[in-house]
Amino acid sequence: MSIERQEIEKLATLSRIAIGEDTITEVSQRLSSVLELVDQLQAVNTDGVEAMSHPMKATQRLREDEVSEINQREAFQAIAPDTEEGLFLVPKVIE
Amino acid sequence: MHNLTIAELVKGLQGKEFSSVELTQHFLARIAKLDANYNAVITVTADQALKAAAAADKRLAAGNAPALCGVPILHKDIFCTNGVRTSCGSKMLDNFIPPYNATVVENFEQAGAVVMGKTNMDEFAMGSSNETSFYGPVKNPWASDSVPGGSSGGSAAAVAARLAPGATATDTGGSIRQPAALCGITGLKPTYGRVSRWGMIAFASSLDQGGPMARTAEDCAILLNCMASYDDKDSTCIDREVPDYGATLGDSIKGLKIGVPREYFSAGLDPDTEKAVRAALAEYQAQGAELIEISLPNTGLSVPAYYVIAPAEASTNLTRFDGVRYGYRCEDPKDLNDLYTRTRAEGFGDEVKHRILIGTYCLSAGYYDAYYGKAQQVRQLIQQDFEKAFEQVDVIMGPTTPSPAFKFGSKGDDPVAMYLEDIYTVATNLAGLPGMSVPCGLVDNKPVGLQIIGNYFDEARMLNIAHQYQQATQWHSLTPEGVA
Repeated sequence: MSIERQEIEKLATLSRIAIGEDTITEVSQRLSSVLELVDQLQAVNTDGVEAMSHPMKATQRLREDEVSEINQREAFQAIAPDTEEGLFLVPKVIE
Repeated sequence: MHNLTIAELVKGLQGKEFSSVELTQHFLARIAKLDANYNAVITVTADQALKAAAAADKRLAAGNAPALCGVPILHKDIFCTNGVRTSCGSKMLDNFIPPYNATVVENFEQAGAVVMGKTNMDEFAMGSSNETSFYGPVKNPWASDSVPGGSSGGSAAAVAARLAPGATATDTGGSIRQPAALCGITGLKPTYGRVSRWGMIAFASSLDQGGPMARTAEDCAILLNCMASYDDKDSTCIDREVPDYGATLGDSIKGLKIGVPREYFSAGLDPDTEKAVRAALAEYQAQGAELIEISLPNTGLSVPAYYVIAPAEASTNLTRFDGVRYGYRCEDPKDLNDLYTRTRAEGFGDEVKHRILIGTYCLSAGYYDAYYGKAQQVRQLIQQDFEKAFEQVDVIMGPTTPSPAFKFGSKGDDPVAMYLEDIYTVATNLAGLPGMSVPCGLVDNKPVGLQIIGNYFDEARMLNIAHQYQQATQWHSLTPEGVA
């Protein structure tokens, strides 16, 4: 199955990845090729088959809602691209 | 010293034949001198390694040191190392210095192992050739024009080239077993949930699993003893006792029932690779094992199911790389959206971007059931194939890869050609089963791997089975030309 240009643009928006005009055709070809591969699944009869989420059917463990980690704000901020007074900076969002 | 196995190094260290500092210096010197040929190591941590080695020597002198105390190793650059750059093979994390250790890294540190550096890998572990690394491809020590496999190609090449006696690795669709096969070493992907994923940069969370690479099964057992642990911080980790994987290596395999899946010896398999694998099966027969032909009828669906599930989970996991809290950020973003979209366009390589787009497609409104839901159902069918097989047999054996190491660039522009490299390995990830690769021959002077698939938590048995083969054969001790 082939994937339309419009679809690629939508995916680029959803995944927040800028795709250059010059690569759209290539991206579309590669994606179509992978979709063709995975479309083999559509022919499989899976009526009544439960979707598998964990191989050992393990369920999510719960724990008490207690503080388990120490505060490492400074260590985390030290590796950030831009910070100020303990906050992560991004370009202005609200005028 | 670099030709000694980990088991021999442990004896030498504990018997004071050499010190950890001497050993570490020796391997560091090899990395400095030889790695230009392979590009297997991204970051060398020489000073830290020598400090750790000196500390290990003190522990060794005091007695009662754990087995791995003083043994130099390398970590795949997907495991977070406190204070040491962890790139995951990506420009996105080229400047990322984690403020914490992965649980696996912590386990090795507690044991006194000496970390010499971080190994090269396909970007975010997405690849089967190491060609997608931001740091350039790793060369196969057996043939410099050929790939080492991936994604743990750096770890595999480093062990094959005797730059380290062992290394950590991860396997989402074959990333331990395929490079182990292509580089002629032994690698084990444990049962899903056996090794903590905490601090291991996530690719596809329901498939990712860390495991050891070394030259022998015995060495993998020593490494796995340290790697495997229950970890509260990984909610998918299974709370189950870790056996001593070394204790049962010597057990007889007489009467072992080996399942040989028809589908693993089909049209795509290189005839010489098949010959090597059949010879290994004959060796097992000679040791008293019984070969039983079995069928895993849904094998052909494993690659399609994998290429829905893995990209879908990757597209979700990789949303965290947004240029805000750590890692790469584009220059002069004009607004928040520009910051996100350009950071991600510039920070990720092509293969990673394509997989994020595929994953986004499969998860997007209207497609979720048809793709991700369907693939998870097919995954159940694949698991049922194995369940049925294990009612009849103790282990399953076949080739690890369809052919030996291929040349750089030879899979061309079609991603599907590369994806089919994983045809024999992805099913075990989908089912969460343990799998390993053991060297079993050479084709055109390139190694061939025998794959051993076990039932859940049967790692000790698989290591025993691999060890018995290595007692009778020499394939695991062959050295690539030029690696003295």
